[in-house]
Amino acid sequence: MTTSSSAQGSRPGARVAGGARIGIVLNPIAGMGGRMALHGTDGAALAAARAAGAVPVAAERMRHALDELAVLEPELAVLVAGAPMGADLVPPGWHATVVHQPRQPTTANDTRQTAREFVAAGVDLVLFGGGDGTARDIAEVLAGRVPMLGVPCGVKMHSGVFATGPRSAAHVTARFLSSPGRRRPVDVLDTTSDGVGRMATALVPDLGEGVQHGKSSASSGSDVAALGRWLAGRMQPGRQYILGPGTSVAHVSAALGVPSSLLGVDVVRDGTLIAADVSEAALLALLADGGPSTLILGVVGGQGFLLGRGNQQLSPAVLRRIGPDNIEIIASADKVAALDPPVLQVDVDDVELAKDLCGFRKVWTGPRRSLVMRVVA
Amino acid sequence: MIKEFHAARWSEPLIMEMGGPGRRGFVPPEPIADPGRDLVPDGLRRSIAPDLPEVSEPEVLRHYLHLSQQVMGMVGISLFGTCTMKYNPRVSQQLARQDFLAQIHPHQDDATVQGLLEIVHRFDLMLREMSGMDRFIFQPGGGAAAAHTHAMVTRSYFAARGELGTRREIVTSAQAHPCNPATAAAAGFEVITVPLGDDGLPSLDALRSVVSERTAALMINNPDDMGLYNPQIKQWVDAVHEVGGLCFYDHANFNGVMGRIRARELGFDACMFMLHKTFGVAKGGGGPAVGAYGCSAELEPHLPGPLVDLDDGVYRRRENPGGVGRVREYLGNLTEVVKAYAWLVAMGSDGVREAADISVLANNYMETRLMAIPGVSKSYPGMTKHRMEMTRYSLGDYTAETGLTAADVQNRMTDFGVDAFWMSHEPWIIPEPFTPEAGEAWSVEELDYWIDVLAHVLDEGRRDPELVRTAPHHQVVAKIDGSSLDDPNRWATTWAAYRRKNNLGSDGA
Repeated sequence: MTTSSSAQGSRPGARVAGGARIGIVLNPIAGMGGRMALHGTDGAALAAARAAGAVPVAAERMRHALDELAVLEPELAVLVAGAPMGADLVPPGWHATVVHQPRQPTTANDTRQTAREFVAAGVDLVLFGGGDGTARDIAEVLAGRVPMLGVPCGVKMHSGVFATGPRSAAHVTARFLSSPGRRRPVDVLDTTSDGVGRMATALVPDLGEGVQHGKSSASSGSDVAALGRWLAGRMQPGRQYILGPGTSVAHVSAALGVPSSLLGVDVVRDGTLIAADVSEAALLALLADGGPSTLILGVVGGQGFLLGRGNQQLSPAVLRRIGPDNIEIIASADKVAALDPPVLQVDVDDVELAKDLCGFRKVWTGPRRSLVMRVVA
Repeated sequence: MIKEFHAARWSEPLIMEMGGPGRRGFVPPEPIADPGRDLVPDGLRRSIAPDLPEVSEPEVLRHYLHLSQQVMGMVGISLFGTCTMKYNPRVSQQLARQDFLAQIHPHQDDATVQGLLEIVHRFDLMLREMSGMDRFIFQPGGGAAAAHTHAMVTRSYFAARGELGTRREIVTSAQAHPCNPATAAAAGFEVITVPLGDDGLPSLDALRSVVSERTAALMINNPDDMGLYNPQIKQWVDAVHEVGGLCFYDHANFNGVMGRIRARELGFDACMFMLHKTFGVAKGGGGPAVGAYGCSAELEPHLPGPLVDLDDGVYRRRENPGGVGRVREYLGNLTEVVKAYAWLVAMGSDGVREAADISVLANNYMETRLMAIPGVSKSYPGMTKHRMEMTRYSLGDYTAETGLTAADVQNRMTDFGVDAFWMSHEPWIIPEPFTPEAGEAWSVEELDYWIDVLAHVLDEGRRDPELVRTAPHHQVVAKIDGSSLDDPNRWATTWAAYRRKNNLGSDGA
């Protein structure tokens, strides 16, 4: 036995027999409008993109990812959607089973049906090509039960489920096949009538950001979990804490042992959940009766929104009652480092309040660790 | 011209996989007298013999010779940025190896080590001259240990003033070396990181927004690891002093400003020099290190002991009763202090200034050539002031063009006798970063060769991306599968753990 063979531990054959299985699905029309500055290919935008002569780009990016993965994993058994949603891209040498045959033209229903078949078949990872809309369709079916990873092929890719590119998607997938137990929750975002919001929660492989960040020692996710425990431990007796939406703040709920509504706003006091998924009216009532309160807010990844995206129940009236000094912001260091430009945004319909919220604020990134960031309106 | 290079490559087994039962390197004679069993109490005796390798002496020699031939660095041109890879004069190495130094025991009486204590004291005086501080110690075993010393001195200083309960925060910048926030956190402080502004410099406004009566200290590098000298450094120090905090100057990037600035004159209360980087002592896994920590007279009572004083022509070690005790054993790695002393005496103050100027000149020479290579850009290109002793570059454009990353390019460069380049400390705010540091000791031919290799590899990648993506080809090993490094179920730092996690049975112990 030599050092090199024992250290690498690459056993492609084992993956076919009993290892992790992946499901592959592509939204073939994703990204078509990108170069024409059309924001997505949902609904009418697709017709506009086609009319303007847009050509499909997603298949080439997905093929790049799969070919790269085939170099790392020459023999792999996969489940796949029928052509043009994946089966036509499977590299030679892999064994593919088609779980759903779409009709032309393909629709979001084909994506969802394929995802349902993947869940039924018990896959360990869904590798998909598309944008935020595709991510949302799949995440809603998987419901946080099965990890997913996106090959970025769309126009909007705000969600944390995407690899940084086709090649890194292949590398992350290969590493996940070796360590399928390593996963973490992220937010899936998509555009709604009033901007970008948090639409679903998904699991992704927790294997770092790709080869270049392999030297990062502590995973950012565990820092946020530790931060949740630290913040929970610092809570003052009798004080009301308003917990904003998102996976970061959910770590505070988890540390307290109370359920989190994840997409909604919860209120706790003395370690007890006193109201879940509250409306603006309910919050105002609690603030009127409950004495001084602290709001714990997460940051929407990609966009850096603090307020006005997916948390409109935190209205200007609510925020005035809480007071800008009683807001604690939490986010993983990775998330804030990825913000471009490196600022946090608030979008509240109250000019004076917005002014009070702006300026430099501390963002907690771990227990006793914070980063100063500029908040802009 | 690109030179040929090929590293030694052995399919070398682990020592635990070699040899056979009963094989021995050296068989000592039986004891003349029975030592008896009572030398080791029964409770401490092993019931099973330890699982040691059973190999012959020539097997051991060959094995370690092969391993020594397979080092992957420190044998080529190494412009490993932020590390100041400086030539270590042989004469200093020879000096430190002599019996009169190497055989000294730390518990010897002061009267028998007057010469060594004199060097320690004189070197302390020289560093005071270079920094304006009032006292240096050499106990910390590296730069991070010196930062840790500062965090502990800060604790002690505010504890003595009864302010430790409120002064809970240490402020640093996003481009300070990670040892600053890390040691502050280890000492129990809350860490506040100030981000960079649009010009690449940490924001003075952001600093002012967070300093308060809770601020214990500022810990910061300048110039930072991108080579940017902060022209507002005095205002930074003033903003922290106004609220009663201490200021620590991490002089890890001292090489470009040696003899040109003094930390105390900028207002700092303490600073740190890395003797194994800036002062000509070996670094990089090459031996022991020293983080020389210096501070003002106000902080001196809080230093770890022992301190060396000159009284009536006699050098003495004394304890420092109000101090933080020890951060390491004895006076520190004194062999390294002697080497640094020899280097500094040889250089003289003029030589040190000249070395600093050459390092800045060499970096700017490199920058001019590197920026002419298509695909290379630099961090904060809008910042038109000259960088100091290093510059952080980006291969982001090249990656967008070819799909090849900085890591791919780095791997391929090692095929030409160039050591892997330094990329960036965390956080990675520049895409596909690399950071060469020319220093004053590399010749212009060597710098040109390094640049030529980079240009050659970038060109290769455009013609034959697979060649670069699958590099290195002439090195000891090709790519290492790093996936187990982040996986507690697979990583293994011992043979026993390796066997257990790979289901190879117990290790026999």
